[in-house]
Amino acid sequence: MPIIATQGLTMRFPRVTALDDLSVAVEPGVVGLVGANGAGKSTLIKILLGLMPPTSGTATVLGLDIARDGLRIRESVGFMPEYECLPPDVSATEFVVHMARMCGLPPSAARERAADTLRHVGLYEERYRPIGGYSTGMRQRVKLAQALVHDPKLVFLDEPTNGLDPAGRDEMLDLIRRIGAEFGISVLVTSHLLGELERVCDHVVIIDGGKLLRSQAVEAYTAASGVLTVEVEEGRDDLGRRLHEQGVSVHPEGRFLVVDIAGETTYDLIRDGVADLGLRLIRMEQRRHHIEEVFQTAPQAPSGPHAAGTVPQGVSR
Amino acid sequence: MSTSTIHDIGYRHYDGRRNGRAYVIRSLYVHNLRAAFGLGRPVRAKIMPFVLAALMLLPAAGSVAAFAFTKQEDALIPYAAYANLMQVIVAIFLATQAPVLASREVRFHVVPLYFSRPVGHLDFVLAKGAAMATALLALLAVPVTVLYVGGLVAKAPDSSQQLLDYLGGLVGCVLYALVLAAIGMVVAAFTPRRGFGVAAVIAAYMVPTAVATAVQGIAEAQTNFTLQGWMGLLAPFNLVDIVQVRLLGAETSSPGIAPGVTGGLVALALCAVIVLGSIAVLYRRFRKAGLS
Repeated sequence: MPIIATQGLTMRFPRVTALDDLSVAVEPGVVGLVGANGAGKSTLIKILLGLMPPTSGTATVLGLDIARDGLRIRESVGFMPEYECLPPDVSATEFVVHMARMCGLPPSAARERAADTLRHVGLYEERYRPIGGYSTGMRQRVKLAQALVHDPKLVFLDEPTNGLDPAGRDEMLDLIRRIGAEFGISVLVTSHLLGELERVCDHVVIIDGGKLLRSQAVEAYTAASGVLTVEVEEGRDDLGRRLHEQGVSVHPEGRFLVVDIAGETTYDLIRDGVADLGLRLIRMEQRRHHIEEVFQTAPQAPSGPHAAGTVPQGVSR
Repeated sequence: MSTSTIHDIGYRHYDGRRNGRAYVIRSLYVHNLRAAFGLGRPVRAKIMPFVLAALMLLPAAGSVAAFAFTKQEDALIPYAAYANLMQVIVAIFLATQAPVLASREVRFHVVPLYFSRPVGHLDFVLAKGAAMATALLALLAVPVTVLYVGGLVAKAPDSSQQLLDYLGGLVGCVLYALVLAAIGMVVAAFTPRRGFGVAAVIAAYMVPTAVATAVQGIAEAQTNFTLQGWMGLLAPFNLVDIVQVRLLGAETSSPGIAPGVTGGLVALALCAVIVLGSIAVLYRRFRKAGLS
């Protein structure tokens, strides 16, 4: 059963169409929702929480209809908003306990779950201090904790890495992966940074201007692109020439050779070439497509070489 | 040999009890009531409400002490007049604490976190309003009770009449609490910045009161006592006092009292309109804040 399914979901505001006939279904797991700012991600979450009725179309969350079972949906999901949503004058413990009680957890269970959840997101002694003095990273953790404290079946995380430094970003992504894998809670995580999501998601949905651009398992985006990066200590050109003579498509790139994989034999040819020429092989690495390329709509967009990690993360259009 | 190790027990699912709507409303009510007195907040959040509560008690305690010494019955402040007498303190309490309940969670965008949980919009408004009213009731009823108990201990005459007056006074306190909470919450909910909220609530109390008093003064000078009485409907404290005097049999402590039982009924109806209207306005306000 899909955790989220929408059929022809449309949301029109007086001036903009936030969602335009969106039909998508996703299975349990960590699901990424990608789109530029204003693509309709937050609107979709609000509709799925049953906070806003859509202009037209229907949707189910955890098999429950958003129009009829809003309350039951909200009992079994958690929501971490994109914006600041924490009162500065209470401690994280006090706040998370209160939010647990708002989900119906009895007082002792609320306290216990709040302590557990704050520990899981990585807040320790500082949880007794007022939130006003927290860093952005700590605030994001409190926001995450309040979304998880009632042990939901599904959490909506809206831009959880917003405003975090690279280290904080990595920690947050790691947490999200753990929520899916260890905690067994399905996640719908939004981001406008595509590269982030391929690291943690099982499935990625891309929307643009409220329309569905693509929805598929993350492996499909990042399937082996058929490119190998080969680095040898010296004699790069010798190896390149030899491989070229053997009919392998190869070209130099910086200190590396980039080799198109034609099949299993390509690996053998490289191995033999390195051995026969007596070169020292430093590395041989398979390069993957990055999800960024989805947005590189130009048909001649080459599939590989320059799409490596140096491409700036984000939507470049 | 004993060795202790810390085990990371990992994530545990919660499969215990989840309470329903009544529990959520009660928790929300208690949380807001605590907030109204700064409980669960840093010390500086507690100073204002508790200083004001202490100020509210002083005249009651002094009055009981004066009665105990002099045995003069008019040393005891009438129960129904206490709120009116202390209205400045009550208004300051409302102005400083209504924003804590009504606008703090709007300003910091906490409201959507409630409505993404199984919390109903109306339940949310009612719990907040009830918490504010309860805080005001505590502020008003405690000194009135001190007066009554002090009077009993100091052997004030006619104890059965005292009891009746006291109970009437308590009903008046409830009405004061409801009307003032309604006004304060609505004004505060529309002024998200706390400083403005405080000023706005004070203004919402002072401006109508000043206007009413001015017109009442002119009316009195022209011996138009009917107008003077009806103008009392404009000022929040005077409004409730009309109900106390006309329907609960209290002695007046306001500049003007609308005439007859009709005056009392009109005042009571106006109180009901204020309370119900504020619930409707707050409902819409928080519903909107829940989507931001």
